[in-house]
Amino acid sequence: MKKTKLMGSKKEAIQGWLLIAPALVFMITFTVFPVFRSIYLSLTKYQLGMAAPEFIGLDNYIKLFSSDLFWKIMGNTIFFALITVVPSMAAGLGLALLVNRKGKHIGFIRTAYFYPVVMPMIAIASVWMFIYMAKNGLFDQLLVSFGFEPMNVLSNKKTVLPAMAVMYVWKEAGYMMIFFLSGIQGISGEVFEAAKIDGATGWQTFKKITMPLLAPTFLFVTTVALTNSFKLVDHVVIMTEGAPNNASTLLLYYIYQQGFTNFNYGMSSALTVLMLGILLIVALPRFISEDKKIHYN
Amino acid sequence: MHAKKTKSILITLMSIVIALVMLAPLVWLVGTAFTEPSFNMSFIPKTKFTLENIKYVWNAIPFGQYYINTLILVIVTFSVQFITSTMAAYALAILDFKGKTVIFAIIFMQIIIPNDVLITPNFMTLSELGLTNTKIGIMLPFYGSALAIFLLRQHFKSVPKALAEAAKLDGATTWQTIWRVYMPTAKPAYLSFAVISVSYHWNNYLWPLIVTNSPANRTLTVGLAIFAKSKEANMQWANVCAATFIIILPLLIAFFILQRQFMESFVGAGIKE
Repeated sequence: MKKTKLMGSKKEAIQGWLLIAPALVFMITFTVFPVFRSIYLSLTKYQLGMAAPEFIGLDNYIKLFSSDLFWKIMGNTIFFALITVVPSMAAGLGLALLVNRKGKHIGFIRTAYFYPVVMPMIAIASVWMFIYMAKNGLFDQLLVSFGFEPMNVLSNKKTVLPAMAVMYVWKEAGYMMIFFLSGIQGISGEVFEAAKIDGATGWQTFKKITMPLLAPTFLFVTTVALTNSFKLVDHVVIMTEGAPNNASTLLLYYIYQQGFTNFNYGMSSALTVLMLGILLIVALPRFISEDKKIHYN
Repeated sequence: MHAKKTKSILITLMSIVIALVMLAPLVWLVGTAFTEPSFNMSFIPKTKFTLENIKYVWNAIPFGQYYINTLILVIVTFSVQFITSTMAAYALAILDFKGKTVIFAIIFMQIIIPNDVLITPNFMTLSELGLTNTKIGIMLPFYGSALAIFLLRQHFKSVPKALAEAAKLDGATTWQTIWRVYMPTAKPAYLSFAVISVSYHWNNYLWPLIVTNSPANRTLTVGLAIFAKSKEANMQWANVCAATFIIILPLLIAFFILQRQFMESFVGAGIKE
């Protein structure tokens, strides 16, 4: 009896590994291996024309940490994350509260809020580039019609990132909305009924019931929004290529530039490792909660 | 009661105004794509209706080729993901064997690292495999999908074991059991993942840009970006809007028809992520 059971489990193990093998091969080749390869290459000098990487220890990191440009780019990346994550979450929550109703027109309104999510960033950036174009662009025309000076927002180092952020919030708000909507709808109707009976006003219900019960949604949406913001790069390629004077260069764009314009693979890898570190920190809360889920399963 | 009604009307009004603001860029895009080019940009087109912009960009850019390339990419990627993820999800949900923890660690790793972050090492791997500037090169990193495995695994786990055992007693092989018992129950998960996978690969830009260097393999997004940045597109917003319209149309139509399915898929995929 014991023997057959053992043999059965061995057969099951072989079958299991065979079934998982195809997916696993691709995941290891294009997710696990590149992570370790980046770590290794980040410790080497490896540029166009070199036959093989040459080990240099932490030189790439030292070079980065003592470069003003690197810190400027990190500053841009964090600034851009702040001015996209907070407004898109706030907008997403606001929109979710607006569309959390029944009615004939609600379907149309949800569609109007969500459709930018399914549009490619590259298409959105191509169009918004004209909206932001100097003088003739729609935005500058709007400013002039209200009696302001045209701003040419994409060419000004102070306004280029905020202008991109407005575009991004327009694209992302609908995405944030559906998570808040599903969070709100997950709260039991009885809770709201009870609040109503107790005579709570709309604002009190929102502050004392909706918000606290949405805490897990907030945590989750924050990590999603942060990750999305850090991986955003298409619009920089289309709209500015980092101009003016690297005011719109973000970390991922810099990785791309170092790897595919300057062909400096060592440096590009060091930047990749830093990016991975940032992503890990952002994902940590999620990782811990997932871990719990598995244990309770 | 009166106050309540006023409030409800105000909310409706506000949500409609915001909807119009959200729709404004799309309205401008479509209006500009279908009217004669003018020297001054205006939100409401003042020139006559025309199909010339669409015709012009369709001939100036090999959009036909790009459409075919993108379709091949989207369909083949999803089909391979469909097979590899079904197999992997079955193994993880149903079978009992050692080493699952390592597999879960790899799955979590892929879920937290967006593909675009690993462009430099992955491009090296692709060159070593001799697969740069090929369609297979664009698709390869996506053939093992952690998200799909995760979504399917959860559905497979909810299938009563008795059903699978009954099938086995009837003499069904593992493949037949997966095909007849597990896959039908996971239809919603397959549908959700199809929406996510297709929209991701239709819209993906950076990786196809890096991998391809000839029109024979370029995707719609890469083609649009090349056109939007070219000299002939400079100041030609009517043409760029027309080109943009051509590449967003299929997905946008699909979304307007299946908007509920789209939103549910994005929520489901996000939360499980």
